[in-house]
Amino acid sequence: MIEARQPMVRMSSITKYFLDVTANDKVDFSLYPGEICSLLGENGAGKTTLMNVLFGYYACDEGEIFIKGERADLSSPKDAIARGVGMIHQHFALVPIQTVLENIIIGTDSGKTIFLDLKTARRKLLELEQRFGLEIDPDAHVWTLSVGEQQKVEILKALYRNVDILIMDEPTAVLAPAETDDLFSTLKTLVSEGRSVVFISHKLHEVMDISDRIVVLRGGRVVAERHTAETSTRELANLMVGRDLLEDTTKNQLEPGRPVLEIKQLDVLNDMKLPAIKNLNLVVRQNEILGMAGISGNGQRELSEVLFGMRNPARGAIKINNTPLKFGNPSSAIKLNMARIPEDRMDTGLLMDLSVEENIILEDHASAEFQAYGVMKSKIIHQYADKLIGDYSIATAGRDAITKRLSGGNLQKVMLARELAGNPAVVIAAQPTRGLDVGAMEYIHQRLLQERERGVGILLISEDLDEIFSLSDRIAVIYEGKIMGEVVAKTASREQIGLWMAGVKK
Amino acid sequence: MIRIRIIKRKPLPAWAKIVIPIAAIVATLILSAIPILLAGGDLWKSYFYLFYGALGTRFNLLETFVKASPLLLTGLAVAFAFRAKFWNIGAEGQLLAGALIATVLGVHMGNLPRPIVLPLIIVAGFLAGGIWAAIPGILKTKLKVDDVVSTLLLNYVMWHIMGALLFGPLQQPGSSWPRSAAIVNAARYPILLPRSRFHMGILIAFFAVFVIWFINNKTTFGYRSKAVGVNIRAAQFGGINTTSVIVWTALVSGGLAGLAGVGELCAIQYRLIMDISPGYGYTGIVIAMLGNLHPVGVLFSAIFFSVIIVGAQTMSRMTGVPTYIAEVIQGMALMVMLIFLLFMEYRLKVMKK
Repeated sequence: MIEARQPMVRMSSITKYFLDVTANDKVDFSLYPGEICSLLGENGAGKTTLMNVLFGYYACDEGEIFIKGERADLSSPKDAIARGVGMIHQHFALVPIQTVLENIIIGTDSGKTIFLDLKTARRKLLELEQRFGLEIDPDAHVWTLSVGEQQKVEILKALYRNVDILIMDEPTAVLAPAETDDLFSTLKTLVSEGRSVVFISHKLHEVMDISDRIVVLRGGRVVAERHTAETSTRELANLMVGRDLLEDTTKNQLEPGRPVLEIKQLDVLNDMKLPAIKNLNLVVRQNEILGMAGISGNGQRELSEVLFGMRNPARGAIKINNTPLKFGNPSSAIKLNMARIPEDRMDTGLLMDLSVEENIILEDHASAEFQAYGVMKSKIIHQYADKLIGDYSIATAGRDAITKRLSGGNLQKVMLARELAGNPAVVIAAQPTRGLDVGAMEYIHQRLLQERERGVGILLISEDLDEIFSLSDRIAVIYEGKIMGEVVAKTASREQIGLWMAGVKK
Repeated sequence: MIRIRIIKRKPLPAWAKIVIPIAAIVATLILSAIPILLAGGDLWKSYFYLFYGALGTRFNLLETFVKASPLLLTGLAVAFAFRAKFWNIGAEGQLLAGALIATVLGVHMGNLPRPIVLPLIIVAGFLAGGIWAAIPGILKTKLKVDDVVSTLLLNYVMWHIMGALLFGPLQQPGSSWPRSAAIVNAARYPILLPRSRFHMGILIAFFAVFVIWFINNKTTFGYRSKAVGVNIRAAQFGGINTTSVIVWTALVSGGLAGLAGVGELCAIQYRLIMDISPGYGYTGIVIAMLGNLHPVGVLFSAIFFSVIIVGAQTMSRMTGVPTYIAEVIQGMALMVMLIFLLFMEYRLKVMKK
């Protein structure tokens, strides 16, 4: 351990499984009084799971937790709060139609008596507000507050419960820049009084700004621990995404053909109506893979959703094979022969409760090949499904097996089978191998390379630098919704890409 | 410390789908013994007359089918909608819409022959119920209005429209009661078996089971509707026009309920009265759930309910146990079934610490 002081929290050898996925693998983590410690990692690295274990939200399968020197068996968040641990999730747990004060006293003693003791509660709340500079009208209804103000209410809620270990899960994801500055000064006041804060994030510059110490997680394990003063965004970026080279991908030299995907002056807003993509221009040609590198949360999701027809852009134009794509209309993308591999394959890509066959025919079920007068040609559909299950070596009990029983790699194979079966002109693959094992990953890489040979243009959006380097012909880096730079893959250096990913432009 | 957790179980073999509903009905009857005993009934005698009253004589058996037909149609209506996660709580109002249109046409059809009048009434009744359900379907898809609330509230709207018409233009001339004139003979469903009320609507209801099964399993529309039900986002991603699927699902669902109203009017009452339906639309929700939203399941649960409702009359007459016991058994059946369905997917695991 770096510190010699008595830790506020010590988590030792924490392991947590979800079905057959290991979300945390023997993780050791300590938190010291008066520090802000960042948990840094990609999506799915296990940051939030680890903190949910500390918050009593999940029970860990192995390992021990000590809070302020005492062993803690947490069976619910209530236990954790009683020991001074509070957590603010990305989605706030506030009742919109109640006032700030009412929200704050829910579940506390003054909220449990028959008659609410609002007077004492109000005094205590105002005192806290003053002490920490979190000025909020106690009688304001929560729904009238901005997101930043709601977050302040969450912090006050924690302080009201005498929390001295505060976990914040990606608190800046929903904030405007000015609100972020506000939040940071609040957090600094908190720790100056001896409290501790865990700051979960995948944004490098914020982590560098706010934390005293940084713990990097990757694939459920702690891969590094650094004092902020002794590290750099570059090193952190490499630690976060750098995997060992898994495969030696050889690809043939191909001359790119005419453009198949053109994106012009695209502006997209995210769900919070903040700009996610700013004036983005891109071209992908036949026979080439354009790798879009970047740390997740920099607009990749919004960009892919626009391409898939699942989100309307604020401005811009997209052409597939020289034909304009109709926005907000997935069937337009399908008609223009775009293969779409979404990053959230279980929520958007696949119908997990339906059979493998029903997933395979989703986009084609209405074609003349598979139906006549609205009646499905079951025999032909069965043959088609069986053929694809064979072609893509999908391990399943059969075409009638319920999709959610398949492993992650086989889910993605079903996805590929459906999307690539129609001989697409362009492929948009968003995080196509995230969470997959090595075998499945290699299979998917080979499949994408085959498509490239066939003349397809591929936009590969990935956080995995090794994947980007081994597949791409060109690499573009996205940062805060903008393309930081674009290079030919052969001449690109990891250092250069890492700097762009961290938002450093030279 | 011992903790009990609910965890997912491995998929059950196919026979469980048959055995579990039967076990649920047996469990229901065992549990229903408690209120029967509390009501002072002799258990064996009560159960004997319950089933004898529903199945024991030719007339009773046919009455059970008569009662099953509206329950079957509203049950199918709800099951079809729920499958697409269109929460149609409004089968009652859609039933009334069907009955209302059938009354208007049935009273004013004059001298047209039955082969023209009846199909017209059936189609109009289907459309009336369908449109009444399509309204909340459109509200849901276009304006994000909650379908539970809108379908439920439209029941009351339709009930009051019916009341206004029955005290107004539809009121039987010379009557001071809220009831319409009788419909003409040509508008009445033919009775298919002599000395009974076994009418054509029963065949329509049974045919509807097949039609819904066919739509669900064999057609592109059934596929789309199921896809929308399991994951509307993935369905949309796959190019399905989810708005159109929901509105059409609502229309078919409401149409089935409308047919139930047509049947009650044209085969049972022959004139519109305020209590044309003793809540068939609401009972349809229970029947759909009990039948696990499957058309064949709905068929069996509608018949089961009908047996209980018809049999309870005889049971009450012979043993003095009040007929309300029928409703207790119905409620019990639903709860038992829901619990059994839960344990088809999950099991309890005792964890020792």
